Formats: sequence, structure tokens, C-alpha cells
Amino acid sequence: MSLSPADLPNSYIGRSVPRPHLARLTQGRGLYVSDLSLPRMVHVAFVRSPYAHAEITRIDAQAARAMPGVVRIVTGEELAAFCTPWVGVLAHLKGLKSAPQHPMAIGRVRWQGEPVIAVLAASRAQAEDAAERIEIDFSELPPVVDVMAALDPARPVIHAELGDNLAFERRLEAGEVDAAFARSDAIVEKTFTFARHTGVTLEARSIVADWNAGEQRLTVHLGSQAPHMMQNIIALHLGLAEPQVRILCQDVGGSFGIKVHVYADDMAVAALARMLARPVKYVGDRLESFVADIHARDHVVHAKIGVSNDGVIQAFEIDDLTGIGPYSVYPRTSAVEANQVVNLVGGPYACPNYRARTRVVFQNKAVMSQYRGVGHPIATSVTEGLVDLAARRIGMDPVQIRRRNLVADNAYPCASASGLKFEALSHHASLDKLLAMMDYPALRAEQAALRARGIHRGIGFASFIEITNPGPAFYGVGGARISAQDGAAVRLDSTGAVICQTSITEQGQGSGAIIAQVVATAMGVAIENVRVILGDTDNTPYGGGTWASRGAGIGGEAAWQAGRALRDNVLKLAGTILQAVPETLDIVAGAVVDADGGTERMRLSELARIAYFRPDTLPPDFQSELMATRHYVPRQYPFAFTNGIQASYLEVDTDTGFVRLLRHWVVEDCGTIINPQLVDEQIRGGVVQGLGAALFEHCQYDDQGQMINANMADYLVPMAGEMPDIDVAHVVSPTLESALGAKGAGEAGTAGAAACVSNAVNDALAPFGVEITEIPLVPELILRALGRA
Amino acid sequence: MNISLMVNGEQVEADVLPRTHLVDFLREQLGLTGTHLGCEHGVCGACTLRLDGVIVRGCLVLAVQADGGVVETIEGLSDSGEIADLQAAFIARNALQCGFCTPAMLIAAQDLLQHGGVPSREAIREHLSGNYCRCTGYQAIVDAVETTAQAREASR
Ligand code: FES
Ligand code: FES
Repeated sequence: MSLSPADLPNSYIGRSVPRPHLARLTQGRGLYVSDLSLPRMVHVAFVRSPYAHAEITRIDAQAARAMPGVVRIVTGEELAAFCTPWVGVLAHLKGLKSAPQHPMAIGRVRWQGEPVIAVLAASRAQAEDAAERIEIDFSELPPVVDVMAALDPARPVIHAELGDNLAFERRLEAGEVDAAFARSDAIVEKTFTFARHTGVTLEARSIVADWNAGEQRLTVHLGSQAPHMMQNIIALHLGLAEPQVRILCQDVGGSFGIKVHVYADDMAVAALARMLARPVKYVGDRLESFVADIHARDHVVHAKIGVSNDGVIQAFEIDDLTGIGPYSVYPRTSAVEANQVVNLVGGPYACPNYRARTRVVFQNKAVMSQYRGVGHPIATSVTEGLVDLAARRIGMDPVQIRRRNLVADNAYPCASASGLKFEALSHHASLDKLLAMMDYPALRAEQAALRARGIHRGIGFASFIEITNPGPAFYGVGGARISAQDGAAVRLDSTGAVICQTSITEQGQGSGAIIAQVVATAMGVAIENVRVILGDTDNTPYGGGTWASRGAGIGGEAAWQAGRALRDNVLKLAGTILQAVPETLDIVAGAVVDADGGTERMRLSELARIAYFRPDTLPPDFQSELMATRHYVPRQYPFAFTNGIQASYLEVDTDTGFVRLLRHWVVEDCGTIINPQLVDEQIRGGVVQGLGAALFEHCQYDDQGQMINANMADYLVPMAGEMPDIDVAHVVSPTLESALGAKGAGEAGTAGAAACVSNAVNDALAPFGVEITEIPLVPELILRALGRA
Repeated sequence: MNISLMVNGEQVEADVLPRTHLVDFLREQLGLTGTHLGCEHGVCGACTLRLDGVIVRGCLVLAVQADGGVVETIEGLSDSGEIADLQAAFIARNALQCGFCTPAMLIAAQDLLQHGGVPSREAIREHLSGNYCRCTGYQAIVDAVETTAQAREASR
């Protein structure tokens, strides 16, 4: 193509077009799964395990069965006849092991919150009332709670058949690590600790499953990011053929990776619908969300950096340990985050010497898996924390050490020490832009002046790389049936309206808007005339969905290709009608025009009228084709890497330990930007989730494996009053693999936010010689580090 | 128990269980699903609505407590046009992503805007601190509220 999409006349690429459908949501006219009600629907409440590890010795549901409204009470054994167990492993994560997991516990419970019994009743309240009358005797077993304890041979093995609690281990060695450390002038060695946290989607996970015995079909309303994946898995484990399962994903109250996994309770609901042959609804209440949704992070990373006095980084080394709960989550597994940590540490820097090990262990806590940023926040915090501490050791400014070591902007294509392939990144251009935005010298001057008055402000940086647009390397090669490609079908209707069915999904990112922008631009029509259909396995092309920052880059490209293909078909038809060579025609603003001069020849509505209602006026051998379908998957690179840098300016109250965020800046490079406003808001939302992890969010467990703050009052999330304004800017290095050149942007904010906050806190506390390498940075932690607790 | 109340300008008579909270009543018995539930214990603000002209957390109010009262939900405020400018500002600024927090956020913001004047960004952030949003990071919401306040002030 000679013209880039953004250069086309009337292009919507690069414009902040408002999202269609938003008015509906502002008026309370959305339809979230929790809003749904179907004829004959019953509600389910789960009795969940109160213990982290125990044998179930007796269940007595007699009294509960007699409670008002109760329809059925189902145990794990009973449900097993309707749903086969699954094992969350992938072949390419070599050695990863896990045990078969059932929708509800059979015989033994392995985490507090594991579903044990399903109570189905006419209303949720009645189901909960009955659930309280169920008696279960548990015989408690010693739990494995701490990640450090999991590998201790004196601790119990959670799945005896697996032999030990080690789920996965990976080692990597690149370059000459020992020699590089030997020649370093300074070596920093630290242990970085990352608390468990979780997504807290404002709408808890919800599902309505409806088995229609007449049709022999299961319709599942689910806020999933990956409908075709769920179709495959539900069919597989319920013993159905894939076409017997339809997944509908309409409005979703937040996801962030939480709603891309297979959950025991969701599978239970699908199986219960089949068992009862009627619609079953489950809406997690907030208390159970905290123990039933996946958790994330929970890493302890022993890490080391070597640097020479001129500031050149000589080597990185990490030893990562992470706890994933009692099962590897299906089908994406719980080893991907650890694997990413190994891949990503040191990624922005031109340092060939790198040694890494990660170990992933089972424990009796809630299951852990991929959540927004997957591994990036860990890798970025470790890398950037080490880089800042190394700079401190050799007396170098944090900006200076980054300048010296970030991969040069003209070095691409190249690869990282861990083997990641980079097509084109812009670390230095991003750093330059960031420094200008924040006026770095002025901030340093202000910091020094305030410090003299006993006010402790800090500036922290975090460069990062981000994996986006994954091809089959993520899941497909490991045997998971998760589509790497996405599809779009675009059609012209009889009035000239354009409809696009896409396999990507919407959880609020604006997927629908960017697809409409791309299709409108590809076709040459006004965006108001484009309607986007998504989230329905019956009515969209087969594809992966929206996760891993792939919606715009992969789904958007498929829509572009489909729109261009339909445009060509339309011009062929127009050429026939107008007795013109199609190449001399174009489509602009919904009309066929002369490519040269732009004179309007016919409206698309007129063209469509002829095609659909008066094809008798067309030559007998001409058949118009007013629908085109295209698929896209990147082939050249396994991932399209993006990069960026964030900075934080904050104040630490050394008397109370409180951190006040003052400003936050982000420069990132996601290639072609389809909708600047949507990209910026993805960045801001992602940053704030990262700030939550940095300062507040923590799933706290006691030594018996009980989550002690599993409610919204005690599990803190960022509130409006505590969050700073966030300035966002971009450098644009499009990927040349696709016509659009778009890469992902949904996770960049989360990747670097906590890292630069940690660095800023350490910068603020530099006069006290404090170096904290743990998040969340709660007041007690800071006071302890200051020796004031 | 029988209750009688005004909901979005319509008189409603209903039979409710004493333990049913106002949001369950609105959602399940009246089909007004625009009011959402995020925590059901008074923390997240997703259930914010107006009762007798004052914003309350609907999950903390029992339906029977609204007996004889006047309830306004997002559906009513939308139909009356009272917050049309604020809704438009939210859309223009992309101040909602998943939109789950949005009905309550709009009602809470309108409560602040009704005091008149143009509140500072800090005051807006403070006022909205009882309403969690997990998607936006809040800045776009603050912008939209600020823009609306400025526009209302200018047209006063
Ligand atoms: S649902 Fe009422 S405050 Fe959260
Ligand atoms: S827009 Fe999703 S919670 Fe606010």
C-alpha cells in the first residue's frame, strides 16, 4: 500500500472519536451479566471452604433441603458426572505440572474459598439462607502458606501424586555472567518482595448459563475476554460439541485479565445448568470475589546487578520464587507470569550478561494467574530498582545511568539477553520527551530546596518494555486452543450502512470504537454509519478476543484488511454500474467518487440498492459480493514489543510514613495510535492500577491460609482523592508487520507505575540511607525502614 | 411488608421482605438495573442514588426505610434531562470505560455540582472519593465534572 491508513482522506485513524454506545452506559441502560434475568432461572450460592487445607469428612444437607425456595443441592461428587476435571499445563512451559481440578472440591479442600457445595434456589437470598444450614465436617490439615515454606520438605505436599510443591522451574543463562560480575566496580544485591493483590473488578464475576434441552444447546452469558476459548473449554468438559455452546459477552463491569480465565465456579454453573436443564445464575458477592478471583504477583525475587564506575551495566542476575495457590489456572496456566519475569528483566538495557531462575510453587491460597501487566510490574520493579541502586552506589544520576545503558534507538532490530526480538523501540526518544515534560532540572532544584526545610520529596523513573500483539507463541504452541489470530467480517447493507463483526471483545477499552474507526477509514464512510458487533460466538468470526494488549494490533488489523477488501468489492460493482475502471474510482464520505478530482458518481446507498434489489440491471455474469472477511495474525515477530518510561514525583511524610503522589508522567510508544484519547485513558487506568499495587493493594493471609482482609473495606484500592493527575505523551514507532502499524497499549501503565513509585520513595528517603524493595509501600513499612516503627 | 414510595416520578406500591435493601428492591422487583452493586457494604459507592433529594448508598438502606420516600435513580435522572450535560461531558472525555461505576459516579458528581460554582480539582476528587472506579484512574472523570461545572457557571 502506498498510502498509510492515517493519510487517507477523511481518516479516522489518529482521531479521538468518542465511543459509540457510551450514552447507554451513562443512562443506566447497560446490560451486564449481573442484570440478566431469564425465564425459569434459578440462583446459585456456593458453600466455600472455610479452611485452606482440610479433608471433607461429612456433609449433611438435610435441613438445607427443606428450606424455602430450594431447588437442588449439589456436591462436588454429584457434579463430577457432568463436568470432567482439567489440568492447567502448557507443553512449551517445560516441566510445568498441576493436578486435576474439579468445579467443586471432592474429598479435600485446598484453599479457603474453594467451592464445596452448590445451593440452587429461587432467589440468591434463599440460596444463601439454605447454604447456612448445610453442615460440613472438615478435618484440618496443615496448610502451606508462605512461598518460602512450600519447598521445605517438612511441609505437606499439596498434591501427593505430584511428589512435591514445585510446579515449574526455569533457568536461563546468557553471556558471561560470572566474569561480568567479577569486573564490576559495584554490585548491588537485594531481595524484592511483591505482595499478592487482585483485580477487584467493580462488577464481580457473573455468569448465567442456560441449557436448552429442546435445542440441546448451552448459552452462556459471561463477561469473558475470550469467548471462543470459553466455548471450546465448556464444550470439552461438559461433553458437548463446540457448536452446542454459545458464549455471549456483552457489557462487562471491568476485567483487566481477571475475566480471561476458567474458574471452578463458572464451570460449576455451566454444569449445573446442564444438570437442571434450566438457566442458572451466579453473581459473586464481594466477599467471595476476594478468595475466588485469581490473585496476581506474590513474588520474592533475589536480584543482583553489577556496574562499572563509568555507569555501564555489566550483568543482571535474578532468582524468583512465586506462589500460585493449589492449582495452575486453566488453560493459560499460572507459570506465565514467572516466565515473563525471566524474559523481561533487564529488557530495556544493552547488557548481554544475564542469569535467571524462577520457581513456581503450590500453596494453600487462592489461585494465582495472569492479571494486567503479567510479569511486567515485577520485572520492571526489579530491573529499575537495581539500576537506581547501582547508580546510587557509583554516585551517578538515575537519568545518566539510563542514558548510558538503554538500547540505542538506532540499534534495531535486535534482541535482548533473554532472546526477545525487538523490531523498533524508542527508549532514548522517550526519555528525552519525558525529561522535557517534567522539567527535570527544576524538579531537582525544588526537591533540594524543600529537603532543606525537612520536606522529603522524591523523583523516580522506570523504563519498560511491554509484550503486545502475541502470536501463537503464547498459548497455541503449548497446546491451548486459544486463537492467536482474529477475524473481522464487514458488510454493506442495503441502505449503505456498514456492519463489522469482530472476534475481539469489549471490556471498556473502546474495542468497538477503534474497530469502527478502522472500518470507516478503510471503507471511506462516516463512522456513524458503521456498527460493530462483538462478543458472541454465534455471530462473530472465530478469534482470540481481547487480552495481552492485542485488540487494536491484531483485531484492528483484521478489520482494516476486511474493510479494504470490501472497498475493493464495492469499487468493482461501482465500475460495472458506472462503466468505469474500478481503479479510477474511490470511496469518500459514503459515496463513490472519481479518484482523480473527487467528483461524486454515486452514493453507496444507491449502489447497494441496485445490488440487492435490482441485480437484474447488472450484467448476467456479474455477482456483487458485499461482505468481506479477513483474518490476521503477526508472523514475523512472536510479539510486538512496545516501550516507554514513567516518572513519579511524590512526598514522603517521615513522621507518619504516608506517601503523597504529586505528579506522574508517562511517555510510551505503542506504534500507530488509532484513538489518542482511548490510548491515553488506557495508560492512565493502567497506571492507577499499578499505583494501587505500589501503595495499597494486598491480599493479606495469616499463617493458617486465611485471607484476613477479604472485603472492600480492608482491601484498599486507589480512590479519586489520592491519585495524581497523569501526563501522557507518545513516541510513535509503528510495527511494519501490519498496514495499520498499531501495537498494544492496555498494560503499559501497569508495567512501570509501581517501579517508579518505589524509586521515588527511595529517592525521597536517600538522606536516611533507606532502600526499600517491597510493595505495597504502606506507612508501617516505611516507618520500619526509617527505624521509627 | 407493604411499602409505598415514589420512584423516578412514579408511584410504586410493593410487598418487600424486611431485610431487602433498596438496591435489590429496585433491581429485582422494579427492573431498574441502572443502580449497581459493587460491595454491598457501603464502601464502593456503586449503589449511589437519591433518596428524598439526598444521595445515599442504596445498599445500606432497607427498602422499608424508603417507605413514603422519593427515590431517584440513574434511569430517572437520565429521562428528566437533569444531568444530560454531565453525561455528555463523560462521553466526550471518555470518563467511563466499563461504565459499571458510572451511574453512581454521575449522581455523586451532580450532588457536588448542585452546590454551584466551579469546585477545585481537589474538591472534586475529595467529593468522589467514596465512589470507586477501577478502570479510568479518575482523571477523566475529574475533567468531565470540572468541564460541566465551568459550562454551567458560564451559562448562569
Ligand atoms: S454496593 Fe453499596 S457501597 Fe458498594
Ligand atoms: S469505568 Fe469501570 S469501574 Fe469505572
